[in-house]
Amino acid sequence: MNLATPLAALFAAIGRPVLAALTSIGRVTLFAGAIVGHILRPPFYLREFGQSVLQIGWFSLPVVGLTAIFTGGALALQIYAGGSRFNAESVVPSIVAIGMTRELGPVLGGLMVAARVASSIAAEIGTMKVTEQIDALVTLSTNPLKYLAVPRVLAATLAMPVLVAVGDAIGIMGGWLVGITRLDFNSAAYLKNTADFLEPWDVGSGLVKGAVFGFIVALMGCYHGMNSARGAQGVGAATKAAVVSASVLILAANYLLTEVFFSA
Amino acid sequence: MITLTGVQKSFGANRVLAGVNLTIPSGQSMVIIGGSGTGKSVLLKCILGLVRPDGGQITLDGQDVTKADRDAFLARFGMLFQGGALFDSLRVWENVAFRLLRGAKALPKADAREIAIGKLRRVGLKPEVADLFPAELSGGMQKRVGLARAIAAEPEIIFFDEPTTGLDPIMAGVINELIREIVVEMGATAMTITHDMSSVRAIADRVAMLHAGVIQWTGPVSELDATPDPYVQQFIHGRATGPIASVR
Ligand SMILES: Nc1ncnc2c1ncn2[C@@H]1O[C@H](COP(=O)(O)OP(=O)(O)OP(=O)(O)O)[C@@H](O)[C@H]1O
Ligand SMILES: [Mg+2]
Repeated sequence: MNLATPLAALFAAIGRPVLAALTSIGRVTLFAGAIVGHILRPPFYLREFGQSVLQIGWFSLPVVGLTAIFTGGALALQIYAGGSRFNAESVVPSIVAIGMTRELGPVLGGLMVAARVASSIAAEIGTMKVTEQIDALVTLSTNPLKYLAVPRVLAATLAMPVLVAVGDAIGIMGGWLVGITRLDFNSAAYLKNTADFLEPWDVGSGLVKGAVFGFIVALMGCYHGMNSARGAQGVGAATKAAVVSASVLILAANYLLTEVFFSA
Repeated sequence: MITLTGVQKSFGANRVLAGVNLTIPSGQSMVIIGGSGTGKSVLLKCILGLVRPDGGQITLDGQDVTKADRDAFLARFGMLFQGGALFDSLRVWENVAFRLLRGAKALPKADAREIAIGKLRRVGLKPEVADLFPAELSGGMQKRVGLARAIAAEPEIIFFDEPTTGLDPIMAGVINELIREIVVEMGATAMTITHDMSSVRAIADRVAMLHAGVIQWTGPVSELDATPDPYVQQFIHGRATGPIASVR
């Protein structure tokens, strides 16, 4: 029997998805580069930017706040239960604060915003694509990338750190609420413990993560929207791809950033 | 003058344009006819650079359109899309005034709005419509807003993709007259796609029929009825039998 044929089939089976993945990475990178290149060049679409800040930042506050308060509360319970195994219940306030600011605030906030914003951006831009609105923009001498993608990406990148900061504060408050109502902590002592142990970089690193995650969310929404296939099915697929890719990229970027920021 | 030479376009295995040769003289009204799905819309999009042809050359006043400065090139064009393609996040008047509100020669809001309302009136829409959103309009009204947007900046060259489909006969008459006026009075070059034979006769200086990826016939509208071309004859008389298969 000729061995070359199954071997070639094997290589093809491995090679095809790898090549497809590399192609997508290349295209997304070019797309991101084009957006960044346009940010500082006029014309600037301030109205679109303002609307994006409202949509992405302001209207995401409730979902980010709710996520944070429940997470902070659960975190306090878990750390108390775990800490009591070696008489270290007193670490609850500081670990809640560090856990929220460094990890859970940005990551869970990012994932919630990915679900909310990446999907809506992809659906909106995808619908514009399939109803020829993007073509119409071009014929009206307007660069769709500049008019649609740049304001959204910029707004998400700037709004996300603010959302993370709000989420951090609400998450710590959630921990504090559980601490003083369920775990017999003294309110003033809890807050003092939080303030004493929390370092600026704990918060700062989380905000930087937030900016990166915001960029990823809007980038994925715009990229998949603009590359949507035709018809309602195309828009559905684009929306799904935007949320999934934004979520996975957020988790991957989170690991990389944590490595960069905190590994000795 | 727009010249197409051997323009080709395929989507996968679907060969849509197979070498289109066509000249659209300046200041004239060219009407493209042809069966549904023969690539008329794709042809317009190729000229505008929205679809990249696989082969052939398109020139505007002798200059290759792919080598022209995009902004200056597009500033000379207006386009009515088959589906209207209105921006649904913007109000009707903002849609119409889109180009007037942006760019180096942007007008103040109040002036742009006034022009927009004037253009809406020309397509038979009342000023009250100006502050609605496109989703609040009927299909035919949306089409007319798209038309108003295409002519708002008074471009030299205007493409109309089925301007009268979905309109009642009276409104279709108004639109035909408007297109004719734009060509005669403003000296614009128009390229219109239509299936409506009364529109063809009302609008056209010249007619071109697209079939099987090529221009099957082209000539002045006065010769349309007399041409012996069997494709044209079948098309203009709407016969089910003839050289054009009815299942495509
Ligand atoms: N973006 C695209 N991707 C794939 N195929 C396309 C695309 N655009 C058009 N086509 C195909 O090209 C062919 C011609 O389409 P086009 O819209 O130009 O037809 P048309 O002549 O305008 O028809 P109608 O009179 O019904 O509007 C069709 O078979 C269509 O499926
Ligand atoms: Mg068409």
